[in-house]
Amino acid sequence: MVAPVVIVLAVLVLYPLGYGFYLSLTNANEANVARDIGAFHAPATYEMVGLDNYWSILSGADGDFYPRLTWTIVWTVSCVALHIAIGMGLALLLNRKMRAKLLYRALLILPWAVPAFVGVFAWRLMLNSQYGVFNEMITAVGLPAQNWLATPFAQKVAVIMVNVWIGVPFNMVALLGGLQSIPKELYEASEMDGASPWQRFVNVTLPGLRPVTNTVVLLGCIWTFNMFAVIYLLLGQNTTGEADILVTFAFRKAFTGVSDYSGAATYGIVILALLLAFSTFYRRRQLKTEQA
Amino acid sequence: MRRGISIAAAVCALALTATACGSDDDEGSNGKAKDAKDISGSLTYWDTSDATTEAPVYKKLIADFEDKYPKIDVNYENIEFASIEQKFKSAAKTGKGAPDVMRADVGLIPEYASLHYIAPLDGTLALKGGTEDFTEGPLNTTKYQGKTYGVPSVTDTLGILYNKKLFKKAGVEKAPTTWDEFIETSKTIKKKTGVEGTYLNPDSYFLLPFLYGEGTDLADTRTKKITINSPEAVKAVTTAKKVYDQASAKVDFANAYDNMQTSFKNGEVAMLIQGPWSVTDDLSGKAFKGDEGNLGFAPVPAGSTGKPQAPTGGHDLTVYQGSKNLDAAYLFTQFMTSSKSQQKIAAETATLPTRESAYTPEVTKDARIKGFHPIMKSARPRVALPQVGSLFTPLVQQYTKILQGDVSVKSGLDAAAKDFKKLLPGYTISS
Repeated sequence: MVAPVVIVLAVLVLYPLGYGFYLSLTNANEANVARDIGAFHAPATYEMVGLDNYWSILSGADGDFYPRLTWTIVWTVSCVALHIAIGMGLALLLNRKMRAKLLYRALLILPWAVPAFVGVFAWRLMLNSQYGVFNEMITAVGLPAQNWLATPFAQKVAVIMVNVWIGVPFNMVALLGGLQSIPKELYEASEMDGASPWQRFVNVTLPGLRPVTNTVVLLGCIWTFNMFAVIYLLLGQNTTGEADILVTFAFRKAFTGVSDYSGAATYGIVILALLLAFSTFYRRRQLKTEQA
Repeated sequence: MRRGISIAAAVCALALTATACGSDDDEGSNGKAKDAKDISGSLTYWDTSDATTEAPVYKKLIADFEDKYPKIDVNYENIEFASIEQKFKSAAKTGKGAPDVMRADVGLIPEYASLHYIAPLDGTLALKGGTEDFTEGPLNTTKYQGKTYGVPSVTDTLGILYNKKLFKKAGVEKAPTTWDEFIETSKTIKKKTGVEGTYLNPDSYFLLPFLYGEGTDLADTRTKKITINSPEAVKAVTTAKKVYDQASAKVDFANAYDNMQTSFKNGEVAMLIQGPWSVTDDLSGKAFKGDEGNLGFAPVPAGSTGKPQAPTGGHDLTVYQGSKNLDAAYLFTQFMTSSKSQQKIAAETATLPTRESAYTPEVTKDARIKGFHPIMKSARPRVALPQVGSLFTPLVQQYTKILQGDVSVKSGLDAAAKDFKKLLPGYTISS
């Protein structure tokens, strides 16, 4: 009875994955794969090169991998930390009794409802150093205009900012759901015991939220690690490439000029391996704390 | 077999005049030779022209084509210039959904030809009538390893576009002819009028006039050398950096092109290195609207070789190698690039034709075409490497770093050369 499941898995997951892995062991590119184009026929002339691709990446010989990896980790950690912190803050605000709560909630979810590319382009317009609204605002109060997207550092700050804007609503909603599932009695009991608001937050709210935060952090890390649109679309083409994370770098490999299939596939497999290692480690640690 | 037929048709067309060839009609139906009138079927054409200002003219031409050859049905698709490369390549690889004829940027021809995505056109109907009429620059863009892979459709190059009123206000009489003059002019304008002299586009394509001006290029295919870090190239990029540091408005690297256009249109910048494709847009801005004569044209400044040179841009019509209907595709290509069609296109869109005979008095009446036509003499083709598209990426990254002052000119170009080497196996680095 498992046959259908196995078939679906094989077709949807295992075949593409296996093919990607196979490509990463070759030197295939657009010019040496087999092609049949009308009367023209070219046989495949690429070769197996074993682990060469992995070696050139992991040994640092290609010079691109480690700088990209470092920045990808910085990017992921800062985005997820800000997502959770700001999401938590907004969730706590919304979890109180107040009027027009629905309206606030709807407005705060709005960035999530906007398609990512629309949001990113809107930010790009706002951050324009000559004609953007940000510079108009700060020059209006006498501050000097800023070149928001100029240097690699400024670009890195900008992409994190925009990604936080896009990702906070989801975190807020998830955490709000978590907050509402914490039994009121726990708060009442701790208040009876004389706990301060901060103590209540640390000893009741945070532990109560743990199942939600664990999942949100894991998802957030995977999404952010592979977040393509924000970086690719916000910075355009005239960049130093220093704000490229692993996925956007792999994309450029695969889709500019004569495509480098094996190089891009190798990056893909390395990204997958990193994420698998991270999730396994994370799950294990999580189980340990739950048992403790 | 099919190619044999079309070659026969082309030879027939070359040997006889079009009307005399019509007498072959009977033979054609026997399948021995095929006349243009006998070609039937449908074909798909991917066009990258501007969907609002240019596409209507192309659609009108297609209607004329269908009237002339009622047995052929053309599906017109307008595809955004920025996305056509990926779209075509993924379709071409699998053979599913690829167009029969496509308007391709001239820079892509060597890549597509080397991958065998586009068909060689020598001796086919597409080049019926020969190539003598085509301007040399655009014609050179169609060649890859001795064969012709495209028919020039529209052309362009880079030149100086300037705001005559601002020049006059600053007391500058004519457009600069060297980069030193370019910087001086820009400074004078800034001092006398308060308006920025120029806006340097930090894109690697716009770096080419600097390189060509020193007589060098990205690489040399004859000696198989990477020349991007040669002493000449270092000199060229040093000049570019000088222009950026001393003469240019502050550049927004993420929005460089758009900001450059907006500032020029609004009269906030006096001169640009730009191509004719931008002129329609320029004229819509408040500095030129209703005052088209205010826009001046000049060749790019010359480097130390003393010869102004800029890349030949534009578009060629190409035929997909896997087309199911090659004959119709060749015929369509020929029709769309004929002198008559080019005249119509030029007259309505002010793009530059690729045939000398298309520069009729009526066409050159348009100030935009008249302005750029003489500049086309300074156009030269880009180095014919399949990887040329890939080379621009590492180049722009290093060029950006150089302009921002993060690395020196020499070390930035050395790094670019190292990246070029990864893409060009078998090439050596010149220094």
